[in-house]
Amino acid sequence: MRRPFKRRPGKIPGFPLTMGITITYLGLIVLIPLAGLVLKTAQLSWSQFWTTVIDDRVLASFRLSIGASLVAATINLFFGFIVAWVLVRYPFPGRKMVDALVDLPFAMPTAVSGIALTALYARNGWLGGPLSHVGINGAFSRFGIVIALTFIGLPFVVRTLQPALADLESDVEEAAASLGAGRLQTVRRVVVPAVLPALLAGFAMAFARAVGEYGSVVFISGNMPMKTEITPLLIVTKLEQYDVAGATSIALALLAFSFVMLLVINGIQVWSTARTRA
Amino acid sequence: MRPRRPILASIIGLVMCATSVLAQTRTMLNVSYDPTRELYKDFNAEFARMWKEKTGQTVEIKMSHGGSGKQARAVIDGLEADVVTLALAYDIDAISEHAGLLPKEWQSRLPNASSPYTSTIVFLVRKGNPKNIRDWDDLLKPGVEVITPNPKTSGGARWNYLAAWGFALRRELGDLAKLEDPNAAEAVKAAQAKARQFVTDVFRRVPVLDTGARGSTTTFVQRNIGDVLLAWENEAFLAVEELGKDKFEIVVPSISILAEPPVTLIDKFSDKHGNRDLAQAYLEYLYSPIGQRLAAKHYYRPYDPSLVDPEDLKRFPKLELLSIDTVFGGWKKVQTEHFDDGGVFDQIYKP
Amino acid sequence: MPGAVALSLSVGVRPGTPATRDTSLTRWVLTGIALTFLGVFLVLPLVVVFTEALREGIGVYLGSFQDPDALSAIRLTLIAAGVSVPLNVVFGLCAAWAITKFKFRGRSLLVTLIDLPFAVSPVVAGLIYVLVFGRQGWLGPWLAEHDIKIIFAAPGIVLATVFITFPFVARELIPLMEEQGLEEEQAAMTLGARGWTMFRRVTLPNIRWALLYGVILCNARAMGEFGAVSVVSGHIRGQTNTLPLHVEILYNEYSFAAAFATASLLAILAIITLVLKTAVEYRVRRQMELSARLGDKS
Repeated sequence: MRRPFKRRPGKIPGFPLTMGITITYLGLIVLIPLAGLVLKTAQLSWSQFWTTVIDDRVLASFRLSIGASLVAATINLFFGFIVAWVLVRYPFPGRKMVDALVDLPFAMPTAVSGIALTALYARNGWLGGPLSHVGINGAFSRFGIVIALTFIGLPFVVRTLQPALADLESDVEEAAASLGAGRLQTVRRVVVPAVLPALLAGFAMAFARAVGEYGSVVFISGNMPMKTEITPLLIVTKLEQYDVAGATSIALALLAFSFVMLLVINGIQVWSTARTRA
Repeated sequence: MRPRRPILASIIGLVMCATSVLAQTRTMLNVSYDPTRELYKDFNAEFARMWKEKTGQTVEIKMSHGGSGKQARAVIDGLEADVVTLALAYDIDAISEHAGLLPKEWQSRLPNASSPYTSTIVFLVRKGNPKNIRDWDDLLKPGVEVITPNPKTSGGARWNYLAAWGFALRRELGDLAKLEDPNAAEAVKAAQAKARQFVTDVFRRVPVLDTGARGSTTTFVQRNIGDVLLAWENEAFLAVEELGKDKFEIVVPSISILAEPPVTLIDKFSDKHGNRDLAQAYLEYLYSPIGQRLAAKHYYRPYDPSLVDPEDLKRFPKLELLSIDTVFGGWKKVQTEHFDDGGVFDQIYKP
Repeated sequence: MPGAVALSLSVGVRPGTPATRDTSLTRWVLTGIALTFLGVFLVLPLVVVFTEALREGIGVYLGSFQDPDALSAIRLTLIAAGVSVPLNVVFGLCAAWAITKFKFRGRSLLVTLIDLPFAVSPVVAGLIYVLVFGRQGWLGPWLAEHDIKIIFAAPGIVLATVFITFPFVARELIPLMEEQGLEEEQAAMTLGARGWTMFRRVTLPNIRWALLYGVILCNARAMGEFGAVSVVSGHIRGQTNTLPLHVEILYNEYSFAAAFATASLLAILAIITLVLKTAVEYRVRRQMELSARLGDKS
């Protein structure tokens, strides 16, 4: 147990108790099981681990998971900005309902999203049919994966942007406008830089969530090795083939990636707080 | 782990409360593969009725279904199955090998190498057979899309793969007896290479590779993808029955593989649950006239056709069935050669 | 405060001053784009769930909830949520208290670690429990000896759910309690209040809406988790299937109508969650603004 090196005045009680519970619970539920994963992988030699992770099929899955997540997060960045802008700036009837709806992907179980999106984008679905006429395979393709990941990531971008847009002092915009800047110019030069940390944080969160997503993607992806097989599915597949070492190696790589993403997100937020204070 | 114990205990207590309502009934768990859902639904009811009559005990049979390899993996990791009824012997071998839950020679414990029913691989095509697919080589016609699950995870897909391989071998060699003939070694080698190429070409035409047989059927039937589904015979019949005779038809190729889905008792777990008598009776009942009749009803080929109504047998088309032992030298060899990581399937499935 | 991967609150409308107002054309176009995007991406999937569920008529729809397997899945889902939500509430309160009322080294590391389950793939979350508690896992032999079942039984499902929903309550409380500072507690202490009383009388009323908000999010995720639970469940019908897993099973049995019916039940839960969330959100925001204002004054 760490001792507080400096207590604020007034001696609020309960530090040992709450800190003890926090550390114990965190350890039991999160850290020890995760350490189990690291230890299990540590039983492999470095070269065994490395050959597993740079296998063509594994690399293809990393490329797909990361690539599709980047595309999805970019789509969300663009449309999420518009959605957040509209929700913050324009009062319109039903705004509250639309606003609440933004969190749907978060509240909806991923398996439900998965079968719903598959039904929608399959060749005989409402959107899959028209899409197939223009030569796009809606479901069971990389397109489908991007759709599912966009669905999953949307709330993250909108919800991080909304407060930032709301906090934007209107006098800056007014100043820019009075200096003769066009509206688009104002948005590009003043608004976007001001909410940049929020944009980046939302992007990173949507991206991080998408890389690990399983439930909604597994139904719609088609699961073709080398083509539409995402990394989480590959972990499950390896496990089902009695290849625990392979599964844990890939899982560890994915875990390391998630942790780095988390640090990046925290970094962005620290930077943004520092910037606001300055 | 001490601090979690009270929580654990209360969870366990909670679950026990929930299950104690059902006390006085014996329960056992059958861990099975994907397409047997309908068969065991019927069979379990029938068995429970018989057991009640015979012993007065109420028995409840729990089912777990999934890809065969996945299910075996779960049993190895501690899913406490009393019996397993899987798609291929290799998966049960794996349970014995990795977890030691049953003896190595499990397959000799029940008749017909522990397979109370057999099956084979047939084609399911769209009504009217628009691409005119009659046999394995038609799969390579221009523009034909083939649907099959992933052989790495699905037992059925492994049979698909081997049936295609066997067809090509047979076409090249004319007579499969040459496989044993030392004088034909060169010809066999060439034929194996051709077969490998054939299977490679077939898998090039697969647009969606699901993890299990059920997933593939859904893709083909419900999502309207592909021109031909390589399917378990029973799965194909079921699709036609359940989802419309007006939409699909079954095509029987000239040659296919004799698929033998085995069943066995998991000794360690059934002993632990005190269920050995029950589990043993359950498996034996599969071999009884009623079990055989139910198998036939659900489109599995009974191991002893004499026990079944001849009318029910008529639905099974006659075709040449290759045995995995004579053509491929048994499951162990097949698994290491073809399906393990770095095996033939991995090599041919690289674009 | 670094590290909020949790969803932040949505905010009210800020129309802006005349100079910064967009032309009505821009407004129409942007609103149109936003609504179309949300319509295609959010509303259509929701509509599909209900149309598919009702495709074979209301009778089939209602019938699918009378299946004993469906009832048992509902029960298990309720157990999983019922255990994991209270556990994470206790943890969330403790963590938020320790983190916001005291300064200590490694504080931001602790916050990052609490966030970790957000970033970990659900599949990996399931896998780690198999590695620890599975028969071939670290504790496997010991558990087998004492006949304790964790994986492929309710405890494993509860554990996976707890992991996935781990940060929700803590993440909602930390920013608010940070904002509120220590003054009220200190005042209470000078009046002689002791720890527990002070928490109950002073702190709890201040954070009750944020707490409720965290509970709502935590509960929604707990009832809907698929990936992690799927790895540890064993898929025993009527025993270790949760509602989302039941959806998958039905889907694989050609019972599409029943699968979507069960899915629609979960979708209704999701909608209820959204409604509750919106209602609570408003109050959280007010509490937040109030404490911010109080903070400015002092």
